Amino acid sequence: MKNQGTLILTGLGLNCEKETEYACLASGAKRVDLRHSLDLLRGQVSLKDYDFLIFIGGFLDGDYLGSARVGANRYKYGANQFGEFKDQISEFSASGRLILGICNGFQLLVKLGLLPFEELANGGQSVSLAHNRSGIFEDRWVHIKINPKSKNIFCQGMDEVYLPVRHGEGRLVVKPEAEERILACGLDVMAYADEQGKRTEHYPQNPNGSWAQCAGLGNQGGNILGLMPHPEAYNHYTNHPHWTRLERPQSVDGEGLRFFKNAYRHLQS
Amino acid sequence: MNLYRLEVGPKAELEDPIGDKLAREFRAHGYPVKGVRRAEVYLVQSSLIKDLAQAEELTAKLFIDPVLHQDLGAQAYGDYFQDWDYLVEVSYKPGVTDNAAHVAKENLELLLNEAPQVASAKAYFIAGALSLSEVERAADQLLLNGLIEKKIVIPKSLWLEQKPQLLYFPQTNGDQKVETERMDCSTAQKVWELSEARLLALSKDEAQVLAEYFARPDVRATREKLGIGALVTDVELECLAQTWSEHCKHKIFSSIVQYQDDQGQEWLIKSLYKTYIQASTLLIKERLGKNDWCLSVFKDNAGVIKFDENWSVAFKVETHNSPSALDPYGGALTGIVGVNRDAFGTGMGAKLIANTDVFCFGPLDYNRPLPKKLFHPTRIFEGVRLGVEHGGNQSGVPTINGAICFDEGYIGKPLVFCGTLSIMPAKHQGEPSEYKKARPGDHILMCGGRIGKDGIHGATFSSLALEEVSPVSAVQIGDPITQKRMWDFLWVAKEENLYSCITDNGAGGLSSSVGEMAQDSGGAKLHLDRAPLKYPGLQPWEIFVSEAQERMTLAVPPQKVARFLALSNEMRVESSDLGEFTDSGFLECFYQGEIVAALEMEFMHGGLPPMRIKAQWETPDETEPDYLEDSDLGPILKKILARPNICSKERVIRQYDHEVGGGSVIKPLVGPNNDGPGDAGVLRPVLGSERGLVVSNGICPKYSAIDTYHMAACAIDEAIRNSIASGGSLKQMAGLDNFCWPDPVLSEKTPDGPYKMAQLVRACQAIYDYTLAFGVPCISGKDSMKNDANLDGKKISILPTLLFSAVAVIDQVGQSVTSDFKAEGDLIYLLGATKPEMGASEYYSQLGLTGGAVPKVDAALARIRYDKTAQAVAQGWLSSIHDCSDGGLAVALAESAFGGGLGALISLSGLLEQGLSPAQALFSESASRFVVSLNPANRQTVQALFGSDAQYLGQVTLADRLLIQTEGLTHLDQGLSDLKASWQSYLKAHLS
Repeated sequence: MKNQGTLILTGLGLNCEKETEYACLASGAKRVDLRHSLDLLRGQVSLKDYDFLIFIGGFLDGDYLGSARVGANRYKYGANQFGEFKDQISEFSASGRLILGICNGFQLLVKLGLLPFEELANGGQSVSLAHNRSGIFEDRWVHIKINPKSKNIFCQGMDEVYLPVRHGEGRLVVKPEAEERILACGLDVMAYADEQGKRTEHYPQNPNGSWAQCAGLGNQGGNILGLMPHPEAYNHYTNHPHWTRLERPQSVDGEGLRFFKNAYRHLQS
Repeated sequence: MNLYRLEVGPKAELEDPIGDKLAREFRAHGYPVKGVRRAEVYLVQSSLIKDLAQAEELTAKLFIDPVLHQDLGAQAYGDYFQDWDYLVEVSYKPGVTDNAAHVAKENLELLLNEAPQVASAKAYFIAGALSLSEVERAADQLLLNGLIEKKIVIPKSLWLEQKPQLLYFPQTNGDQKVETERMDCSTAQKVWELSEARLLALSKDEAQVLAEYFARPDVRATREKLGIGALVTDVELECLAQTWSEHCKHKIFSSIVQYQDDQGQEWLIKSLYKTYIQASTLLIKERLGKNDWCLSVFKDNAGVIKFDENWSVAFKVETHNSPSALDPYGGALTGIVGVNRDAFGTGMGAKLIANTDVFCFGPLDYNRPLPKKLFHPTRIFEGVRLGVEHGGNQSGVPTINGAICFDEGYIGKPLVFCGTLSIMPAKHQGEPSEYKKARPGDHILMCGGRIGKDGIHGATFSSLALEEVSPVSAVQIGDPITQKRMWDFLWVAKEENLYSCITDNGAGGLSSSVGEMAQDSGGAKLHLDRAPLKYPGLQPWEIFVSEAQERMTLAVPPQKVARFLALSNEMRVESSDLGEFTDSGFLECFYQGEIVAALEMEFMHGGLPPMRIKAQWETPDETEPDYLEDSDLGPILKKILARPNICSKERVIRQYDHEVGGGSVIKPLVGPNNDGPGDAGVLRPVLGSERGLVVSNGICPKYSAIDTYHMAACAIDEAIRNSIASGGSLKQMAGLDNFCWPDPVLSEKTPDGPYKMAQLVRACQAIYDYTLAFGVPCISGKDSMKNDANLDGKKISILPTLLFSAVAVIDQVGQSVTSDFKAEGDLIYLLGATKPEMGASEYYSQLGLTGGAVPKVDAALARIRYDKTAQAVAQGWLSSIHDCSDGGLAVALAESAFGGGLGALISLSGLLEQGLSPAQALFSESASRFVVSLNPANRQTVQALFGSDAQYLGQVTLADRLLIQTEGLTHLDQGLSDLKASWQSYLKAHLS
């Protein structure tokens, strides 16, 4: 890999482009292209020119018909001059290039069937993200425990991190037959935890009632990560809700950038 | 056309949090509901879908989530899912914006070559031992708004017979004859009758002006020449009524006021706006001289100030009260997406960076009968909250600060203030970004949504009291996603320099946006038939004044029109070329080639003589009531913390995204448990820079019951105080004034008009005095002057309300500070003097007492204190600052303590020595005060800085306890967890 370029797709109701772009640039990106999703759909950009693809947070199509449903359909059934999107995206991930889906982007990856089992090419979908158990959208910071078994590239060297969640549909639901395989392979990359870093079912530390307290999923190859929390929203120390109570850190960088730094360290190597 | 019904419902074995939440709500309202399941329904008409099998396949491929939803095949959800007694299906009435249908249509287009027609519905399967009439009542109460939605109810016993009626499609009545009416407006009486019949809200004087104008020989001659003739068209009359509405013209603020004070002295005030609001800003700008950071004030959609060398910031707050009374969800949603358009359409266009929302509702525990047409405050609360949630969250704009006020006056009309900040590059194509001008020859481009009957007469309607005949069409639903797509497109168009002017379509629709832009060029020719419609059958006048949402109007130079349209098409946004700007002096409208309006620009904008309004002030009664103080003030503090104006608003705050954009610095909830109150929102809008914005609000309508001058002064002081408490400074702070008033014009329905007008004058005088004294200029503002409801023979009026919103620019976000106590042993001080000012205080209200002295702001002393506080904050000498306001010192101490998870040991001896009683010391709401805490190491520095203005109170402790004493005598000793639980109880108790 040579850190050739990061593609951030926005538009159609997505909205975290500014902070995601900033997070990339602050974490070692050489080139970040912020493009409208329609540019990809119409073939005005090609995935071939990138080694890092980010599906950001927001409200694709207003969450009508379920979060990211229509967005996923665009890629499942659409094509441009470079071929069908399901093949283009499958090839992108199969070649080991990086894909990150945050919040609405995670919902998209799941509904595409890309996470956790990379079923996009054959149209499968084994998990989904449903309405929070509370029945409401919530914005709150949560403690995230990284699964020590995980080999995911984005989470290397990480144990615990404090991040904001902002979603109404973040409860992971898994087809019964898929449960064991996810756990056995450590694809449940991160979990909601209490202040001591212990995984928890307890609301509101666990904000949505996810299966296995799971907050994010990866693929077997470790090059795809989807997560409900927003690492790009902790890009500066003043994003932390208690920063006025804490010692001022050496660097202004927020802890959320560690996911991005891991990605670029991998792409440089 | 083939009609199909697609149903998407959860698998029976999975939990359904949406249904569960509804079931809880039903039970909270006393209905014995066991469970609810919700399925989504799409009614699809398409000639391309040949048979049911194809419809089922499309549903499976495009709509069903294989993990969550049941693939029903040929089954109906009501057949598959067994556990229900009633089905309630809710769908929109024809013509109402249906966002889910819009998305479903795009979804189907992915696999069909042609867009089908789609309508959406929600099917609720309800289990429980209810009667049919109970179910109908419950549905009306909780599932739909009869103004815009309709329902079908089917009991399970009749399922098989009645199932066929679920295959329906809402049809709009498109076969109306489209024509332009021409009317005789030769006498004032005739104009007045037309105004009454068409809900135009013209006054008798205005009718007179119109009749005289159209009777003038020169006007008649010109009209003959232009080919429109002597009769006035409905397009013209509607347009004039919109342009001259109170909503658009601010007639009360520009009127000539005959003011009589309480001494019997009389004088004339020529325009409250110019005399008090604009005058103060101009003076402040003059004083700033070379360093004036106000870039554009009062003239554009929003005020603009300098952020740094590269960026400018715009700020605007709007109200959307009347629509929110009729349809809380749709009204509030259009309120937020509407002010978003203002902030976007400022200067040459600006990106949205933050929202701030303030709501005023009737008490949630209101239990007396409500007049017809009014919703209970809990329903208004939840509807408004949800509307703003959808508008703000889906637009990707963080809601960084807000407030909620309660008073019985808001039963008649809730107040929904929605504010938005936006940021623009300081320069656009080498010119200041805030400059824009439509030039003759530029084409008129309308961009975004289509025009429907929704939102017709919004501007004139909001210029009237809420009556039984209030028009349903004034209600509409916003579509933030279509709007966001439009932003994406317009930003590219701006970068490509494709337009010379931009403004939003808000109140008055095209008549207002084109009318205003045509003032730059000197005229316009507009072809109404070229505007895209949601459905056929709209009259030309309806096209002209419709307030259908999500639209912007732009002036595009002729050579750039083709590129503009092509780009718009590429980015899947609809734009249409409606005509051109001219310098003819006339606003001319055409429909299929025929001229249907020819209005002289000068008459439209300058033809209305100012109103003359009487105002008479009466001295308020500030006599202190008699009461006995309890020696233990703990119980009453607990009750005050649970009062609606004080209580925790966490439930609402959590449902608004306050982080999107990645620049959140001080959030609305602070402290180690993220549940203490934040005083102001602090934001880092340019992520690579440490500069920040502090956004705050001040609102205290309760003091209007005594004196609106001091109400306004306290609101201004509160906004500034909140800003300072979070790290803002008076070096660069700008304000917005938003007035919501009951009708202040003397009439049969308003016999007390002169007093209400005098209240308005007093409030404006306070704006002048205090913005000048603090050096905080108003850069934009808004007024809503008819906040009354006349229903069931009763009139309900709001308290005169001023929302003052402030934005301050700060150099270093890292210097901001929060309200929570930080460490054991920190010293607690009160900054600012406490006086026995208990009038309209929470303490008096809790005891049912009226009268008493209202808090009065000493701006000279406050300004010194604020400057010193800002200095102490910048130096890092203060660990916490909390604004001391509603509920007084006791509430501020309690909030800082439980917000920080730390106790406090307080002595009142210093305050009591000044002659205050313990209750006065703890509950007086004297303005301009802070509760601060500091590390003992900073004691001498801080004491030296503030001198006697800083009153030592005590220390932060580790105990779970707020203990307040004077030399061994305990006034209050309460567990923090108890106080916090009480503070958090009000919304929990009244919302399910």
